[in-house]
Amino acid sequence: MNELLSIVLTIITAATPLLLASIGELVVERSGVLNLGVEGMMAVGAVCGFGAALMTGSPLVGVLAAIAAGVILSMLFGFLTLTMVSNQVATGLALTLLGLGLAGMIGEGFVGQPGVKLEKISIPGLTGIPFIGPVLFGQDLLVYVSLIIVAATSYVLFRTKTGLIIRAVGDSHQSAHALGYSVIGVRYLCVMFGGACSGLAGGYLSLVYTPQWVENMTAGRGWIALALVVFASWLPWRLAIGAYLFGTITILGFSLQAVGIGIPSQLLSSLPYVVTILALVVISGNRALTRANTPACLGQPFVPDR
Amino acid sequence: MEYLLEALDVTKIFGTLKANDGVTLQVKPGEIHAFLGENGAGKSTLVKMIYGALQPTAGEFRWMGKTVTIASPAAARRLGIGMVFQHFSLFDALSVAENIALAMPGTFDMKKLSGRIARVSKEYGLPLEPTAIVADLSVGERQRIEIVRCLLQEPKLLIMDEPTAVLTPQEADQLFLTLARLAKEGCAVIYISHRLEEVKRLCHNATILRHGKVVANVDPTKETASSLAKLMVGGDIHVVRAARKDGKGDVRLKLDHLKLQADGPFAVELKNVTLDVKAGEVVAIAGVAGNGQSELFDAVSGERALAKDSMLVIDGKPMGHDGVNARRNAGAAFVPEERLGHGAVPGFRLSENVILTRHSSDQKLVKSGMVQKGGAAGVSERVIKEYDVRKGKPDPEARALSGGNLQKFVMGRELDRKPGVLVVNQPTWGVDAGASATIRQAIIDLARQGSAVLVISQDLDEIFEVADRIAVISRGQLSEAFPAGDLSAEKIGLLMAGSHEVREGHHAARA
Repeated sequence: MNELLSIVLTIITAATPLLLASIGELVVERSGVLNLGVEGMMAVGAVCGFGAALMTGSPLVGVLAAIAAGVILSMLFGFLTLTMVSNQVATGLALTLLGLGLAGMIGEGFVGQPGVKLEKISIPGLTGIPFIGPVLFGQDLLVYVSLIIVAATSYVLFRTKTGLIIRAVGDSHQSAHALGYSVIGVRYLCVMFGGACSGLAGGYLSLVYTPQWVENMTAGRGWIALALVVFASWLPWRLAIGAYLFGTITILGFSLQAVGIGIPSQLLSSLPYVVTILALVVISGNRALTRANTPACLGQPFVPDR
Repeated sequence: MEYLLEALDVTKIFGTLKANDGVTLQVKPGEIHAFLGENGAGKSTLVKMIYGALQPTAGEFRWMGKTVTIASPAAARRLGIGMVFQHFSLFDALSVAENIALAMPGTFDMKKLSGRIARVSKEYGLPLEPTAIVADLSVGERQRIEIVRCLLQEPKLLIMDEPTAVLTPQEADQLFLTLARLAKEGCAVIYISHRLEEVKRLCHNATILRHGKVVANVDPTKETASSLAKLMVGGDIHVVRAARKDGKGDVRLKLDHLKLQADGPFAVELKNVTLDVKAGEVVAIAGVAGNGQSELFDAVSGERALAKDSMLVIDGKPMGHDGVNARRNAGAAFVPEERLGHGAVPGFRLSENVILTRHSSDQKLVKSGMVQKGGAAGVSERVIKEYDVRKGKPDPEARALSGGNLQKFVMGRELDRKPGVLVVNQPTWGVDAGASATIRQAIIDLARQGSAVLVISQDLDEIFEVADRIAVISRGQLSEAFPAGDLSAEKIGLLMAGSHEVREGHHAARA
């Protein structure tokens, strides 16, 4: 029972950064922008969150710094791709490289320093319930925040006019422009939301997952987040399921290593990446499903004719 | 207040091109005002300025007698100007109600809005299902969304850019009723169309534009279609002449129970398409866009391979498994609907574009892997001369040509090979009257020399001009090919709408 509990708890911490980063990218892509720089924004978020928490001693300040760092980097992406109409794929890749490099540089002095951990909450009476208590009422704040963001995103996208406009801009920017909506403005806001979520996901890694700074600590999670968005065919709740599924696979890999079965550890730790590829192959095999939800203008530059 | 809207001496300059040169257009309340001109005459430019999507370089707009600046489409809508675009400004993945909600100011209550949509669409005879997804709807239904979207805002002026180009004759009749009713209620309509007969029937007034300038303002009911056309073109139009064939040639192109799966949620499945095209004849396939025309073209041209070799036969040889090149080598030629990007590579010179369909075909321009540049230039020059392709410099890139001229070039490139079988999708789409006549004549001439020609088109006038036999495609099913003389526009309209009673009746009569 205790072992199961600890596995479930680690699955939640493994899934949360994936969920945070991918829900942001989902909104970005729904508006028709493909930002491949998630990994870079996460890295910068992680290092800035870690640094700010270290200097102030407050993990909450760290969280805010992580968000701010993600937003700033995403605004750079927005400026290049939306205002300057550069190629989104190339710019996104460059953003990843820039983010990783920048994070390494900023974090040079942080290597090996003990971090500040964002503690789990505890609700008297509820957290004490065996198993259910720690799983449902004993998580850190950001786990709840991530789920609230998913619920809010789903509500906004499919129940409000704001969401309708975001989906409309992603479906046909020409039509949205013809109706008088500011395509570029909507996309800027979505890109910034994506940056905030990616930064927060990075902060989660350096403030909760492993409260320290190690270079390349994002370890490809940004890319998995991108794949998750496709896996979920741009639907928020499906994204949550996907993130938890991938969290489970990651932790399963570790647990199996610990048990010591005869599979090489390298193979086990590559499990999430192998599953990512498999999932994408399976999903793109079902073209009817993906196409119906794929934002038609995804990755296409928009230049209004004047 | 005599005029509702006045555009006074409006000029719009794009770079070095004067799209509008001192254009004046005056529209009264309750008037259906035709706005006529050839492609590129500047009609769309002016209406886009009226709708606030473009800003004039010089000149002024008056709305109910007062000078106004229409800064954006939202500002135009606030004044009471609605517009139905030629290329609809709809969102394919969203529902009808969502599409309409996007054009309404402020927040929305889906239930209330759906109720209003139902009421307005019933009142004006424009049936719509609020929860349907746009991608699943026909073009006529999509246009209804656009119109209802405008009507919900109670416009004083409605701009319609070539509304009937995509409709069946019955749908067009329904539209005319709606417009006449709107006019009676005091709403003004600016009506852009190439179809002069309907302008005569519907409009109270007509302003005619040529090369960005107003050349005439007439009462269309007192003109004839040909006098209006003369004003638009500034001269006479070549009349296409076709001596009808008896239809006794050999079958050169045969589609035999051709089936093709839909390749996406918004695509059409071809069901048992059967058709013979004989030497010497032009067979046309009519139908409203999105009923399987592009799928049929892909299947015939070999862009998508067929399940059975026998589904497609060229000159007696089953070629269903063969690709585009093998079919070209067998003497077939194909002209797709989209000239830029599909029929020609935008960034390639014309001579290079010639090589694309001739690198391995009957008259090779590539030998031992080497491109025969001289030969390509020769072909390209011949095509340019023969089909009067107008261009800026000697061997321009394909994208530098205007749509009509590129279409002439792409058609000419294939016709130059004297193919035994020619398949064309939308031969004169977006091409003006003069160039259309040239292209249509070339199609007929090729057939009369013994080739089999299959034309896929949405333009009924064109079909009646060129075709010996006509089949109608609807939801991926092809009707029997009827002799052109036996069909009226009404009958084709019924077939387009998917009613196959005509076909069934015919079978019953024979049995």
